[in-house]
Amino acid sequence: MIIVDLSQVEKHYWGVHALQQLDLQIRQGEVLGLFGHNGAGKTTAIKLILGLIKPSRGEVRVFDKDPAGSHAYQLRRQLGFLQENVSFYQQMTGLEVLNYFAKLKGCTARQSNDLLAQVGLEQAVDRRIKTYSKGMCQRLGLAQALLGSPKLLLLDEPTVGLDPLATRDFYSSIEALKQTGSTIVLCSHLLAGVEKVIDRALILREGRALAAGSLSELRQQADLPVNIELQGQDLQLPEPLAASFRRTGKGIECQISQQQKMHLLPQLLSLPGLENIDIHMPSLDDIYAHFNQHNSGTV
Amino acid sequence: MSNVLLTVAGKEFRDGLRNRWVLSISLIFAILATGLAYFGSAASGQAGFSSLSATMVSLATLAVILIPLIALMLSYDSVVGEDEQGTLLLLMTYPMKRWQFISGKMLGHGLILACASVTGFGLSALVTGAFSDNIIWSELLAAYVFFIIFSVLLGWIFIAFAYVISVSVTEKSKAAGIALIVWFCFVLMFDLILLGLLVTTEGNVNAETFPYLLMLNPTDIYRLAIIQYFADQQLSGLMAVAQQARFTTRILFCGMLFWLLMPLLYSLLKFNNRTF
Repeated sequence: MIIVDLSQVEKHYWGVHALQQLDLQIRQGEVLGLFGHNGAGKTTAIKLILGLIKPSRGEVRVFDKDPAGSHAYQLRRQLGFLQENVSFYQQMTGLEVLNYFAKLKGCTARQSNDLLAQVGLEQAVDRRIKTYSKGMCQRLGLAQALLGSPKLLLLDEPTVGLDPLATRDFYSSIEALKQTGSTIVLCSHLLAGVEKVIDRALILREGRALAAGSLSELRQQADLPVNIELQGQDLQLPEPLAASFRRTGKGIECQISQQQKMHLLPQLLSLPGLENIDIHMPSLDDIYAHFNQHNSGTV
Repeated sequence: MSNVLLTVAGKEFRDGLRNRWVLSISLIFAILATGLAYFGSAASGQAGFSSLSATMVSLATLAVILIPLIALMLSYDSVVGEDEQGTLLLLMTYPMKRWQFISGKMLGHGLILACASVTGFGLSALVTGAFSDNIIWSELLAAYVFFIIFSVLLGWIFIAFAYVISVSVTEKSKAAGIALIVWFCFVLMFDLILLGLLVTTEGNVNAETFPYLLMLNPTDIYRLAIIQYFADQQLSGLMAVAQQARFTTRILFCGMLFWLLMPLLYSLLKFNNRTF
């Protein structure tokens, strides 16, 4: 089932093309990563899906309805949203804040308590927000987004300000949500953590889609080499690799194309003197950098 | 009334209690009203609770400066403040209509001011009544009820002005600046300009149309209403000129209602058409 459907969507603001000819389908249960520099159009895309703005051209459908139309009221009960840099009411306690949002969304107070425990704030429910750290505020924001068990969750920079442990907890809760059938859109600059949880990525630049697909599809599209580190004494590389390699303190570093990988690996493994081998597949960071450098082609 | 609207209003009101807004406004009103009632006739060489009408007229003269200022301070950041901290965008993704959000906030702020006025001025009425020698309670209470109704209305008008400012700007500091200008124009400038007009034309302005100019300023309507109710006072300045027109209390009340509804509707419409 398609949850979000953007077809040929354009958005112009006072002469600025925030989005151009964007096509995007998100299926139920999918986790989509939305990447791009500042001003690439990520927030505009999220606002369109939320129905906060209307497209200048093209069509936006969420749960097969117009999110900015007359159904918006019902639709929003199924949406969860957390934007970047939200600071909640400083004079209220964490529980009071969440209860306020819960009431507005038509949820019970019991759910607020459960969610605060789920994001690890049970010790701080009665403390005022002004005593919260950045990470705690971010967790509260996440609990807020999870109110009413939304079927579609839109998270803009959700891990900013979280320590590594909290970030890991956050991604495991994303995994858990995905298991329950929730559809999730994640915007993030911190690519390293995201790559494990996303099913698909969309890279935007200047309002256009640069690349879209699963991580392995993007790796193929980018055709980035695999980095291989070989450790051992007096290593002699086989013929096709002997031309370009780099000697390091522990051994040799070389790059092979992804197509060659399966063919060359057995040869490398049987090299005399080999003690250890490390294989680094191109990360999301590498892919992102690649598409941003070679931005001439669009999909 | 919808649930969402009451939830928003309830939160605003509780914030008002928590931030001591209700308490401080009540105290200011109570001290001001009681003080004026006791020392109001000090100029004529006596202290003590004496003339009710003199007290009310001098109270109105001070309230007309203070109430608009309090109302503007209370509400100027209600929308732009939430915009700056990011909660406004978040709330707009919630299942509620924009008018419900704004109306809820206005209701909350309106209640804060109304509660504080009733508590503050009501307390003063009780003290004045208890310590006066020859008091007719019904007369005293009727006077205070009249005064409170018009004072609350004046406060609400300036809360509505604050909302117009708050939905129109994107920075809190700018909203504060504009609120100050609005206060200055309505409370001080307007009367000065009218007085200037009177003086430069040496009183030769059309005596029939001149009082109607006062209807252009809600603070003047308020003063007219209070002064007319306690009409045994010797009037001076603009109010003396306005007396010639003899507006009925009902007309003045409707005039204030008009001043309340216009900015209120404008801020609702403005917020409804806003893009995020």
